[in-house]
Amino acid sequence: MSLVKVTIDDKELSVPEEYTVLQAAREAKINIPTLCFLKSVNEIGACRICLVEVQGARSLQAACVLPVSEGMVVYTHTPEVREARKVTLELILSDHDRSCLTCNRHGNCELQKLAEEFNIQELRFERATQKYRLDDFSPSVVRDSNKCILCRRCVSMCGQKQKISAIAVNARGFHSIIGPAFDRSLAEAPCVLCGQCINVCPVGALREKDDTDLVWQAIEDPTKHVIVQTAPAVRAALGEEFGMPIGTPVTGKMVTALRRLGFAKVFDTDTAADLTIMEEGTELLHRLQPGGVLPLITSCSPGWIKYMEHNYADLIPNVSSCKSPHTMFGALLKNYYAEQNQLDPKDIVVVSVMPCTAKKFEAKRPELSTNGNPDVDIVITTRELGKMIREAHINFVDLGEGNFDHPFPTASGAAHIFGASGGVMEAALRTVAEIVNGEELQDIEFHEVRGLAGIKEATIKLKGIDLKVAVTSGLGNAQVLLEKIRAGEADYHFVEIMACHGGCINGGGQPIQPSSVRSWTNLKELRMAALYQEDSKATIRQSHKNPLIQALYQDYLEEPGSKKAHQLLHTHYQARENYPE
Amino acid sequence: MAIYRAHVLVCAGTGCASSNSVKIMEALEAELSLQGLEQEVQIVKTGCFGLCARGPIVVVYPEGAMYANVRVEDVPLLVSEHLLKGRIVDGLLLKETGIDETGKENENSEFFSRQLRIALRNCGIINPENIEEYIAYDGYQALAKVLTEMTPAEVITEIQASGLRGRGGAGFPTGIKWGFAAEQVAEQKYVCCNADEGDPGAFMDRSVLEGDPHSVVEAMAIAAYAIGANEGYVYIRAEYPIAVKRLKIAIKQAESEGLLGKNIFGTGFDFELFIRLGAGAFVCGEETALMASVEGKRGEPRPRPPFPAVKGLWERPTILNNVETYANIPVIINKGADWFRTIGTESSPGTKVFAVGGKINNTGLVEVPMGTSMREVIYNIGGGIPNGKKFKAAQTGGPSGGCIPASHIDTPIEYETLIELGSMMGSGGLIVMDEDTCMVDLARFFLEFTVEESCGKCPPCRIGTKRMLEILQKITEGRGEIADLEQLEILAKNIKAASLCGLGQTAPNPVLSTLRYFRDEYEAHVLEKRCPAGVCKSLLTYSIIPDSCRSCGLCAKNCPADCISGDRKTPFVIDQSKCIKCGTCIIKCKFAAIELV
Repeated sequence: MSLVKVTIDDKELSVPEEYTVLQAAREAKINIPTLCFLKSVNEIGACRICLVEVQGARSLQAACVLPVSEGMVVYTHTPEVREARKVTLELILSDHDRSCLTCNRHGNCELQKLAEEFNIQELRFERATQKYRLDDFSPSVVRDSNKCILCRRCVSMCGQKQKISAIAVNARGFHSIIGPAFDRSLAEAPCVLCGQCINVCPVGALREKDDTDLVWQAIEDPTKHVIVQTAPAVRAALGEEFGMPIGTPVTGKMVTALRRLGFAKVFDTDTAADLTIMEEGTELLHRLQPGGVLPLITSCSPGWIKYMEHNYADLIPNVSSCKSPHTMFGALLKNYYAEQNQLDPKDIVVVSVMPCTAKKFEAKRPELSTNGNPDVDIVITTRELGKMIREAHINFVDLGEGNFDHPFPTASGAAHIFGASGGVMEAALRTVAEIVNGEELQDIEFHEVRGLAGIKEATIKLKGIDLKVAVTSGLGNAQVLLEKIRAGEADYHFVEIMACHGGCINGGGQPIQPSSVRSWTNLKELRMAALYQEDSKATIRQSHKNPLIQALYQDYLEEPGSKKAHQLLHTHYQARENYPE
Repeated sequence: MAIYRAHVLVCAGTGCASSNSVKIMEALEAELSLQGLEQEVQIVKTGCFGLCARGPIVVVYPEGAMYANVRVEDVPLLVSEHLLKGRIVDGLLLKETGIDETGKENENSEFFSRQLRIALRNCGIINPENIEEYIAYDGYQALAKVLTEMTPAEVITEIQASGLRGRGGAGFPTGIKWGFAAEQVAEQKYVCCNADEGDPGAFMDRSVLEGDPHSVVEAMAIAAYAIGANEGYVYIRAEYPIAVKRLKIAIKQAESEGLLGKNIFGTGFDFELFIRLGAGAFVCGEETALMASVEGKRGEPRPRPPFPAVKGLWERPTILNNVETYANIPVIINKGADWFRTIGTESSPGTKVFAVGGKINNTGLVEVPMGTSMREVIYNIGGGIPNGKKFKAAQTGGPSGGCIPASHIDTPIEYETLIELGSMMGSGGLIVMDEDTCMVDLARFFLEFTVEESCGKCPPCRIGTKRMLEILQKITEGRGEIADLEQLEILAKNIKAASLCGLGQTAPNPVLSTLRYFRDEYEAHVLEKRCPAGVCKSLLTYSIIPDSCRSCGLCAKNCPADCISGDRKTPFVIDQSKCIKCGTCIIKCKFAAIELV
């Protein structure tokens, strides 16, 4: 790595030659405002908010994409720079729906923050604005083009990272609009509703469909028994909604808050994750027998499932028939739990708190129901739970530690790590390895499948078989792996796929961190660490050792893969058209 | 080879073709065969002569008689008189009379002899669809020289020595650009040709490709050799079907003659040339947008660096030059850099082709040495302003340029002088305006164009130009305030400073230059609600001159807004509150009794 000397605002410094001016300025503790920039996602120099003056250059330059060079002299705060940035920001604001008070992103909006920083007190260039209809046709993602500032982070995320390109820039100039082709709604496009676009949107142009009202209504309805369950990744990120450091596990406070909100029961989806391991592990063992379709691919991620149905329907036989953990749990609650507590399933409302927007779509799949009762009634995201807690004026940070309710108070450490890429794989290995080997594992941690690498491969030596596994997260990465599988160039036995990079901890329903944080902090790593921390603290760390699961099979489900288990815990898939008529 | 005693050159450029030259060619063929002359007289389909205003142009050799405005029905006379009897048809000959500044006949006016044609050297002379004719005019000699006698470094040195600058806009020195690309170490490099001519009114690149496509093919091969590329792309707008067709023919012919493809001239140098059609987006003339479009992506610019010479097409070192620049290359190689430098000025050697249009007699293409004055181009070559009107200003550089007022008519035209005047060379559009042009309306027109053509990637251009246009609309509609002028200036300054690409950075130029030279017109619109040129409809008042009105009632009868009233005895009156300023009354009045002020 060779260094180059640059001077920024009269400060001399040496920085690696691959640095941009923005990075170099950070090193010198000089703050350059940005808007469209999101490191490693959107580095296109489009918004012109980060303009700086470079000695000898003909025009102002975008610091976010300008590489440093030896002897470069940069000024970040000249009158010309300040005026150009300010006029540009005023222009952006002049074509923006500024109903900030009623905006979903009020207080967490990068544009709003810039307006405050730039001391914008009046808009000089206010005239015509665009008027677009709201796209709220999908059950998960709402697209409000009137708020869109065309920064294109979502386009880069969807096209370059997820490699879906469900949305792109349509038309041009003042009429440019980000959306699916042919002016369609997201509901009629190959969008998988992963919500990654929401996580990168600096404003309120992309947001989850808000279902908090439905939850309030259910809670306030005395005839309903309202149960809430929370996914593993929620506890790793919910604290961020209340200003807590990224990666703070908040399981106990979350349970307390949920109880205060008025839910009849607070359960942990992790319990169902243990159940998933029993079912999916058994499925793997079956498929390892002669004639089994391999590799077996996980099915927990509804974004991945929808993507598969759009693009890789030929691999349907490879995908595990297991429902995702929260819908397994829902089915169990509306059957087993209802019977146990003499409740009419129709009176039970199952609310899932998920790090995921695609789960909202998943919950509406007709096949995920029993006797006409949907397994899960309402899905809200981590962000929506944050909103509900704020709306109830609960002082989250100061809450005490609560425990999940009976009869499902426990989950294994294996279940906690479901929320991280590689977690499902590791959890499965912790169980399958013991079954295949017929003896206890010395070391239950499988570090080779952990981490943020796009594709992780490992060969696990088991008695009688070298189990080849692969883990991938982020659909762009998954595509590479799937092409290999489709081409017959891969000999994996078991593959874990998560639609979002890093897994559910980085799901489309998780708290939104602005570019100023996201670009320079590895939030995926921090959130992941929170889950592995929960795992290492757990007394039971393998799904099959969870006594609750053992009892469940004994009392009700008979054995993994039984007829009963299949009725309640398994599902099927269908090919989907990308642009249906 | 057949020998003919006479050749009839018929212009088949887009201009003449659209005024029926193809039919003329057919009629000539029929007539020649009727008279039994088909073995004696050859019809040659050529490219543009440049004098588009007088098209279709037909030239008969050996006399060199140039016939203008030829109609199909003139053909029998032309054949029987000139080609059969040898008598030149005076009545059809091009008459070159121009008008000088005082409105009198201009004796110095001569469209052709005052030009110096390098880029257009073969246009109107050879058949562009016949490679042999190009070869006969020294075609591919430069390529042969380069490949067999020169190293790539020598080629670059020669082009650098010539001082040739890009003819497409900013005037970057071509040789230096080539040098950057040549320095790069890469397995694959590309040469690219910008034939996406987008300035409204500019058509020199089209004419070169229509009239002399091989000159571009040859030049691109030379460029490829110089930088170490073996693949080239011509990006040409699909609206140029004749140019596309002739370029395709040229590439095919060059391939079959071994002048493109593998092992050219047995030297081991390979070069393949491909065509990519553009959909006519103005921004695709910007180099990074053009390359994105060639790659099949949305045509949008990206920030530079990296420059295309380092990372261009498919992230490989690439050079991009426009058609006119390339057309100069073979001549420079053949005649040498020293010769080239004798033409034009010190900082801008060579010639420049201008597409002259607007209020001028000889609308068409004009190629003159750099440094020629605007007066020479407008009055002595262009034939002056029609109808004895006064020259007011000329817009150079299209929507990216600015207007140059009459007071600067003697300025020598070269890159730097135009920039000093607040305009730019651009691709060489020259739109002449007379006293009937409203400069505010003109600025509005160009802004409308850039707003329409903005790609939308960066906010200063996407929103800023729109805001400027809104202000200009407001002013031309009589709702302007003096503060609007200040806003225009703030926006203009910052759009120039903050936009991502050249399109945005130059978009405010038409406003800035008209504000600079014609601020009084803006102020008249804003303060007096008056359009001095009488163009902005909302600011005009139609009124009936009582003394001239004969009370015929025709105006009232035809008024769509029913706002004219009167009777047989008294003059008619227009109710200004209801008048929609459609102008029907003024057209209908037989006594010139309605005035517009």
